[in-house]
Amino acid sequence: MTMIRTLRSFHGATQVAVLLAVLLANWLVFPGFFAIRLQDGRLFGSLIDVLNRGSPVALLTLGMTLVIATGGIDLSVGAVMAIAGAVAATLTRDGQGLPVVLAVSLAAGLACGLWNGLLVAVLRIQPIVATLILMVAGRGIAQLITEGQIVTFVNPQLSALGSGEFLTVPMPVVIALGMLVLSLLLTRATALGMLIESVGINRVASAFAGINTGAVIVAVYVWCGLCSAVAGVIVAADIRGADANNAGLWLEMDAILAVVVGGTSLLGGRFGLAPAIVGAFIIQGMNTGILLSGFKPEFNLIVKATVIMIVLLVQSPAWRTFSLPSLPSLQRKHPGRTVP
Amino acid sequence: MNQRFLPLIATIIVFVVGYLFCALQFNHFATLRVVMNLLTDNAFIGIIAVGMTFVILSGGIDLSVGSIIAFTTVVLAVLIGSWHVNPWVAFAMVLVLGGAFGAGMGAIIHFFQLPPFIVTLSGMFLVRGLAFVISTESIPINHPLFAQLNDIVVVVPGGSHLTLIAMVMLVVLGIGTVLAHLTRFGTNVFALGGNRVSAQLMGVPIARTTISIYALSSLLAALSGIVFSLYTAAGYALAGTGVELDTIAAVVIGGTLLSGGAGHMLGSFLGVMIEGLIQTYISFDGTLSSWWTKIAIGVLLFMFIGLQRLLTVVWAAKASAPSRPASGKAAPADAAGPRPQRA
Repeated sequence: MTMIRTLRSFHGATQVAVLLAVLLANWLVFPGFFAIRLQDGRLFGSLIDVLNRGSPVALLTLGMTLVIATGGIDLSVGAVMAIAGAVAATLTRDGQGLPVVLAVSLAAGLACGLWNGLLVAVLRIQPIVATLILMVAGRGIAQLITEGQIVTFVNPQLSALGSGEFLTVPMPVVIALGMLVLSLLLTRATALGMLIESVGINRVASAFAGINTGAVIVAVYVWCGLCSAVAGVIVAADIRGADANNAGLWLEMDAILAVVVGGTSLLGGRFGLAPAIVGAFIIQGMNTGILLSGFKPEFNLIVKATVIMIVLLVQSPAWRTFSLPSLPSLQRKHPGRTVP
Repeated sequence: MNQRFLPLIATIIVFVVGYLFCALQFNHFATLRVVMNLLTDNAFIGIIAVGMTFVILSGGIDLSVGSIIAFTTVVLAVLIGSWHVNPWVAFAMVLVLGGAFGAGMGAIIHFFQLPPFIVTLSGMFLVRGLAFVISTESIPINHPLFAQLNDIVVVVPGGSHLTLIAMVMLVVLGIGTVLAHLTRFGTNVFALGGNRVSAQLMGVPIARTTISIYALSSLLAALSGIVFSLYTAAGYALAGTGVELDTIAAVVIGGTLLSGGAGHMLGSFLGVMIEGLIQTYISFDGTLSSWWTKIAIGVLLFMFIGLQRLLTVVWAAKASAPSRPASGKAAPADAAGPRPQRA
């Protein structure tokens, strides 16, 4: 057991190792990969590019990890990104100031999260189904806001959120890091993280233990909605416009993949925010690597599918029962089990 | 009256009321031509919906169907256009490929006990990726057989006709209905969706059933791809994007319980028709934009999921009522109707 415990205390070490391996592979196909230069007060280079482009998915991953930890899933994050982006672009075009724009678009994300949370916690609809509603309808709502057009805007303040920099670091990376720290503080500096894990492991037992499970579930979906809205605003700020059809399209899949690669079980329970974020950058690292190596970007999907399958198979219960009996310490723990 | 049919009845009412509403708004809506176009335009979704109904009845989900459509159309275009394979042989090849792929996903889901959601999600990535690798361009299919097949129609009164692909959908729907409701395989699927552990204890062949369900779903998705290539006369790796969601929505609107174990094949067909009706309404209206389709489907989804939830709660309350000590209050409610039974 001590071995397992030691392994668990290094939760996330695997993900960091994989990220390093992916980055090294990128360096092998593209020798200038680690070259970073400072120009006009901002860092440039392939490595920075991975971080910058991976930030929106990293933000989605933060919310998704917590939702998945409660045993749920949120399919609507891409649609919520589109809604938040549409709100931000439309308001900016109509001449609203940055504080109002940010407040309203983030509030839209919170409202979406609240809707999902209430469906799951109060109406007790399966999370896949509950969030499917907003996934389907959300893009329609976003198009309703933009009136079916690609809304563009000119606003240096808002654009700075997407393409600006803070102390030479690209703004999206700074925002993603800030949200990570905030999420870590909320879940690990308080009992909230433990409550989330408890609900994910057994909702009924948690309720009997006195946890307000409904409130915990609503809270994680609201947080997920907020993270998605932040990602949506960043993407809209980056392209200086909102495209309700394509903003955040299929990013829910990337976010789920990042959570799985990050080692959080889709069945809920124990979660790791930092490893999941590393997972998001692993995915972006692979995307960039495929582009740099001169392969067609079409291979991206195949590589993603292969990685997701390998990770899933290794995590699966059947794989564990197959491989665990080979560990002598565990065999003693289960004298009744016959080795297949 | 069997209470399990309540969602199906609700679906029928929504379809009839919706159609009457459209017919009152527009002069030529209540013609056979509109009905025939509804069947033709939604044939490819109708075919997948049959497979998806089996998957959802068993408590699973299949996200890979849209990608399989794209892959099938691209493979057909390359086989027939560039390699000059006989179209019938090409059809057989994609059907076998589709079935084998689905069986593989089913096997992974069963033997590794992974959530169907994530397995079919990676299947979706894989197949879409393969389609992209074969070609990112839209490839036209100019084989004379395609024109011949599209010319096969049954003329119906009113100057319209039933196309071959609509007939294929109706045949698949018929076979699917029989398979789901009148065969042992169908019963096994319902049992699996109702309670997997109970089904296993009762001797339902879980492995065989699970693998068959996903094989069937992918096989029908490949057939749908053939129909789609007939419909568009092209192979395109971006074809069928989002179709899996439309199909799942159609099955839910059709009254199938997303947690599995209850539903009806005809409901899924009506769900597809309701989605088609919304699109037809929007094109008849001419001023509404297509995004209203998504919002309307979202609202319908919410209504039907709410209805399902309500019924599940009511059924659970009724099912647990007799096991309590008999009290005067419970008796009239029990006497009101027969016990709910599985459809």
